[in-house]
Amino acid sequence: MSIAARLGWIVLALIGALALGIVAIERGESVNAVWIVIAAVSVYLIAYRFYGRYIARTVASLDPARATPAVRLADGLDFVPTNRNVLFGHHFAAIAGAGPLVGPVLAAQMGYLPGMLWILAGVVLAGAVQDFMVLFISMRRDARSLGELIRMEMGPIPGTIALFGAFMIMVIILAVLALIVVRALAGSPWGLFTVAATIPLAVLMGGYTRWIRPGRIGEVSVLGLVGLILAIVYGRNVAESAVLAPLFTYTPTQLCWILIAYGAVASVLPVWLLLAPRDYLSTFLKIGAIAALAIGIVVVAPPLRMPALTQFVDGSGPVWSGSLFPFLFITIACGAVSGFHALISSGTTPKLIANEGDALFIGYGAMLMESFVAIMALVGASIIDPGIYFAMNSPAAVVGTDPASAAAAVSAMGFPVTPGLIAQTARDVGEETIISRAGGAPTLAVGMAHIFSQLIGGKAMMAFWYHFAILFEALFILTAVDAGTRSGRYMLQDLIGLAVPSFRNSTSLAHSLIGTALCVGAWGFFLYQGVTDPLGGVNTLWPLFGISNQMLAAVALTLATVVLFRMKRERLAWVTMVPAAWLIICTTAASLLKLLSSDPRVGFLAHASRFREAAARSEVLAPAKSMVEMRSIVTNDWIDAGLCALFLAVVLSIVVYGIRSCLAARRIDRPTVSELPMVAAE
Amino acid sequence: MIGKRLRALLGGAADMGRLMVGVPPYAAYRAHMRAHHPDQPMMDEREFFRNRQEARYGGRGGGRCC
Repeated sequence: MSIAARLGWIVLALIGALALGIVAIERGESVNAVWIVIAAVSVYLIAYRFYGRYIARTVASLDPARATPAVRLADGLDFVPTNRNVLFGHHFAAIAGAGPLVGPVLAAQMGYLPGMLWILAGVVLAGAVQDFMVLFISMRRDARSLGELIRMEMGPIPGTIALFGAFMIMVIILAVLALIVVRALAGSPWGLFTVAATIPLAVLMGGYTRWIRPGRIGEVSVLGLVGLILAIVYGRNVAESAVLAPLFTYTPTQLCWILIAYGAVASVLPVWLLLAPRDYLSTFLKIGAIAALAIGIVVVAPPLRMPALTQFVDGSGPVWSGSLFPFLFITIACGAVSGFHALISSGTTPKLIANEGDALFIGYGAMLMESFVAIMALVGASIIDPGIYFAMNSPAAVVGTDPASAAAAVSAMGFPVTPGLIAQTARDVGEETIISRAGGAPTLAVGMAHIFSQLIGGKAMMAFWYHFAILFEALFILTAVDAGTRSGRYMLQDLIGLAVPSFRNSTSLAHSLIGTALCVGAWGFFLYQGVTDPLGGVNTLWPLFGISNQMLAAVALTLATVVLFRMKRERLAWVTMVPAAWLIICTTAASLLKLLSSDPRVGFLAHASRFREAAARSEVLAPAKSMVEMRSIVTNDWIDAGLCALFLAVVLSIVVYGIRSCLAARRIDRPTVSELPMVAAE
Repeated sequence: MIGKRLRALLGGAADMGRLMVGVPPYAAYRAHMRAHHPDQPMMDEREFFRNRQEARYGGRGGGRCC
């Protein structure tokens, strides 16, 4: 490194340290969000240049001369050597979804500092390492999928366990994403109208790309965007109309059934009709909104109004229950480390990578970018009045349903807010109420509306921007529900196929309908449970999602550790062992607490026995209205507890298999890794 | 010179947009088929688009993240 370059990095390190110091130490005065952005970007650049490069060059020994699957197996369809910048965009669009936007918003109840530190440390040491290592491992093995890689390196049983774990994560993700949509759209005719309008809009776009101008994705997306904006603008008239508003006003339970029916129907329609065109809209809108948010934060430079730390680090918070360790580390999953990315890094990306040397930029780099999205979401939640944040995110059981009760409850928490401010915020964003809109998306939408309205349109445009943000989140969540139900069905058919071989690779209508029904039934069950939960559902489902997602990350990092041992590079394996161990500790602690904690707000079994004992006294506890409902709450708790125990069993068995494979590799004095032989690129 | 760079940049952005929704460049497919499989039938642009749409959404691992 030249002296000038060295000086440059030293200056950057100092700027980053200064920004981090200001964010961490400043008390009393409100800190500007720009300092968080500067701290984050400095951390990313330094981590990428030094730690990332160390992993790529020393740990993995990327070899640019070695032909990649895209080169060796080129077919112009799945395997296509692709420019690294183009592929970066593809990979980033595939990994970034609702997760990094929601988790940090929920974590903000502990203040912005714990979430920010975990997002930064987690991504550098765990998340980006995982994404890169899985990409590297898959790239050296014909771009195979995570399940196959585990089977190759660790044996068939762990491979099947991982496949099963991936299916369960899918179910929980779909339920929790659908829950977010329900919370955002219930009793919101404006929001529901705009989201509903995307269905006919997508069908029109589908027809356009099918018959009128096939393949003109850019054209059709611009037309779709115009339609979306018109729908948002017209949505206000719908909400104000006495005739139309009731048609788009539903309770959470009604919306839950609508979504389940939608998921079942949408996932068996031809893909070009609804799924593909809406995916165009949601993908481009997602990228555009993320870019706009980044520009908005830097230009508007809003001050953070949430304290750095709140009293809720002790676990008594209203948004979700549980203490900082381990629950912060599973609440922020995507953005710090996300096991789901292991499926993407062993999916389409390794089939497109043109040169091994690009893997650092794509695997490690894109994850840093996703982490930045999570930081922006945290900023979005922290710039709004903390009183509004807690009024929006606390369950109705805590804050009631009208501004007066919410203001009293939230002020009593130590975040003074007036009923007038709560009502005014609802009016500003064009909603009847903002109280108890849990799930993160509406809170982020208020934050985004704050930022965007200061850029364009002022207060008058706030309601438009709020519904734009809701639409942007709902759109890609619905796309995920649709696509996830399809791939969940295939995963399920594969799993059933292990017992009944005719189920696998089946194109029979009966088999695919059974698969779809089982998959929709599975996530629908958890969705219904979440929607009817008096604590808002997020409290139950989000930890289950976090545990399962971090568990898959632990599995992926264990695989990476085994591979390093089998390459005879065990001296360097701490790079994956440290994050794997941390995630195993967090997920094990969290699932044990979810099982065994005596606090009924945290422990499923404690909650079950509270309801069972009440039922024995013939007492009905809210939200149950009858003895039948009391019994179903107990059953739900047992199912959730069973799921937690299952996750625990999955992660522990993978760890045992991982340790066995590592020890076996150590006993042999040569590499035993099943990499494909090196073929030189031309 | 600047015009050429700008065109390359816009072309890259368009490729990125299409690849984000699962459609690789048709030109690369055509070049590959001409160079390696001149004897086999080649999909036209419309068939290629439908094939890629089906591959992304209809099949296994139509994955995207949470």
